[in-house]
Amino acid sequence: MRPSRVAAYLLVFARTYLRSRVGLFFSLIFPIILILLFGSIFSNTGSSSSPVYVQNLDGTSVASQMFLTSLNATGAVSVHMVSSSVGNLSTWLVSKGYTAGIVLPAGFQTAFAAHRPVKVIVYTDPAQPSTAGIVQGAVGYAVTSMNYAQSGQAPVVGTVELNVGSTTYQYIDYLVPGLIGFSILTSPMFSMTNIAAQYKKQKLFRQLSLTPLTRGEWLAASVLWYLVLVFASTVVMLAVGRGLFGATATPTLLTIPFLIFGPMLFVSLGLLLGTFSKTPESAAVVGNLVTFPMMFLSGTFFPVSLFPDYLQAVAHVLPLYYVIDGLNNTMVFQNTTGALTDLLVVVALAVLLFLAAIRAFRWQEE
Amino acid sequence: MEPTVEVQGLVKRYGSLAAVDGIDLKLRAGEVFAFLGPNGAGKTTTVEVLEGIRPRSAGKVRVLGHDPWTERAKLQRRVGVIPQDFSFFDKITPTEAIQFYARLFDKRPDPGALLRQVELEEKADDQFEKLSGGQKQKLGLALALVNDPEVLFLDEPTTGLDPQARRTVWTVIRSLRKGGRTIFLTTHYLEEAQSLADRVAIIDHGKIIAHGTPGEIIERFGRPQRLVIEGPTSLAKSLEGWWRRPVALVNGRTEVEVQAKEEILEVLQWVSASGLPWSGVGTTRDTLEDVFVRLVGRMDEGGSRASESGTDAKGGGRT
Ligand SMILES: Nc1ncnc2c1ncn2[C@@H]1O[C@H](COP(=O)(O)OP(=O)(O)OP(=O)(O)O)[C@@H](O)[C@H]1O
Ligand SMILES: [Mg+2]
Repeated sequence: MRPSRVAAYLLVFARTYLRSRVGLFFSLIFPIILILLFGSIFSNTGSSSSPVYVQNLDGTSVASQMFLTSLNATGAVSVHMVSSSVGNLSTWLVSKGYTAGIVLPAGFQTAFAAHRPVKVIVYTDPAQPSTAGIVQGAVGYAVTSMNYAQSGQAPVVGTVELNVGSTTYQYIDYLVPGLIGFSILTSPMFSMTNIAAQYKKQKLFRQLSLTPLTRGEWLAASVLWYLVLVFASTVVMLAVGRGLFGATATPTLLTIPFLIFGPMLFVSLGLLLGTFSKTPESAAVVGNLVTFPMMFLSGTFFPVSLFPDYLQAVAHVLPLYYVIDGLNNTMVFQNTTGALTDLLVVVALAVLLFLAAIRAFRWQEE
Repeated sequence: MEPTVEVQGLVKRYGSLAAVDGIDLKLRAGEVFAFLGPNGAGKTTTVEVLEGIRPRSAGKVRVLGHDPWTERAKLQRRVGVIPQDFSFFDKITPTEAIQFYARLFDKRPDPGALLRQVELEEKADDQFEKLSGGQKQKLGLALALVNDPEVLFLDEPTTGLDPQARRTVWTVIRSLRKGGRTIFLTTHYLEEAQSLADRVAIIDHGKIIAHGTPGEIIERFGRPQRLVIEGPTSLAKSLEGWWRRPVALVNGRTEVEVQAKEEILEVLQWVSASGLPWSGVGTTRDTLEDVFVRLVGRMDEGGSRASESGTDAKGGGRT
């Protein structure tokens, strides 16, 4: 691979891209429109229903059932039980993107019966003040009714109010990585499927095959160009998200490999799809068939954790899921372990597809 | 000396169709070789096999001593190509295209000078999609020259060009030839082949039906020299009855086949003595085009192969 030849084609490709405008619109302007749109629609509404996730560490004790009954009786919250096996409830809530939870501590029944003070832990998200208020009010009601049940005694049940995680996340925090993922996916996929078929039809591959440019150099230059676009798009998304909507997403060093291997993955996938299509038209159809479902199901516009379970299962087989999950892990949750796992998947897929694309596409005729 | 291009028994099949059906060719270093044939004869297929962009079904092919399909990388720098339907990136200008090629080939040509050579300098900074068909073709030629190739394959380089532009391309080809380059050219313009080429081959239905210098081919396959007399139809009629060789009326003129200078005098004396009116007189020979049309026409009628029947070098007596 000769850098000077990669650079030579990169220049031709960049000029073509910049001069055609359509491509530029879809890779840079369109995501900005999306972030403005989704950002303003969803950023301040919070969630209208108030689900609360309860982890009962006191088994099926009478006291805990009493508490839950009272909580349900308020009608203000919908109670979802969480198994104790998920571990720390706060971490779990963060990972799911939920904003309210309650832990009934082990020994709740014993303490209650012995009139020893015991505390129910309540997690809420101050960024969602209305939800937090509703949950705290409902818990307050349940606690009060339990204390009343032991009339004449000093109240023993109290609450500890904690914030979900140590940071709080808003919709916009997920939207920034999601839309960066959108850029990583869409512009390489749409244009590479098209290029593969169009260059073949216009005999541009034949023309290139008459020069020393190799297929690997050609593909590398294409990847490089989308890298440039994705970096540009990332900077813009972060600026708009943080500047206009108060997003907290912060890139770290570990964000960078996702911005490199992500485009590599989808440039290669796009080329593969285009290579197997006979005409530019069928290439466009195949490109759309693959791109659109992947776009909606991988957490681009809404966190995957909000999806029903079967759709979450689908998301886990989509390459883009790992890109967006990884970006969330590095930029939002600062979850290095999670990010590294995602990165492993992305790198493996990118390298595999890159090699497959080089092998599969030919620029000679039959 | 080793031939620059050598082809033995080349066959290229598309399914059941043998587009090229066992041809042999040899190009000497420094010659212009013209490859002629009707549409679909197999010219482009042959050229593309030689360029290494199409695999062959059978036969041996060597360009500068290399197999173009398996050793393509070795040839790229030494070979220049204009494909038949040359096209390039829509948004790139001729100057940028040449710079692109220069970087790929590691050469330092002057884009301005190259574009001047093909007379495209006014369009140096226009995007490819805005060039006319002929201007695009000229860019193709300029690009084929960037790597300073030893061998050039030009597939119909002048098709669609105006007469002036065609002459520009001829000038480029002649100067390349002077510079010792070998040129493999396909064309539908027979006069182009006749004036440019050292040697030509005519291919039809994938088989070579004639080859040699233009003069040799005309000698071998053309009709004998003819005396042309301008006069009334009655003149042709009377001559036909008297003269021992074919007489024909072509575009209102009487063409009388003659084999030797003495026969010309014999005919003219007879005409003069006959008292029939006549105004002008001249001689005519078959051009390469006449021969081409006759050879290819005969193939299409399913007649015997011209190369087999035309055994007599002087071409006497055939009509
Ligand atoms: N890719 C292909 N697949 C199938 N058949 C082909 C293909 N390319 C060419 N042919 C057939 O092979 C034959 C020779 O085609 P070729 O392009 O070599 O002709 P040509 O002599 O260059 O004609 P022209 O003067 O029109 O350019 C034709 O009958 C054509 O239909
Ligand atoms: Mg052709």
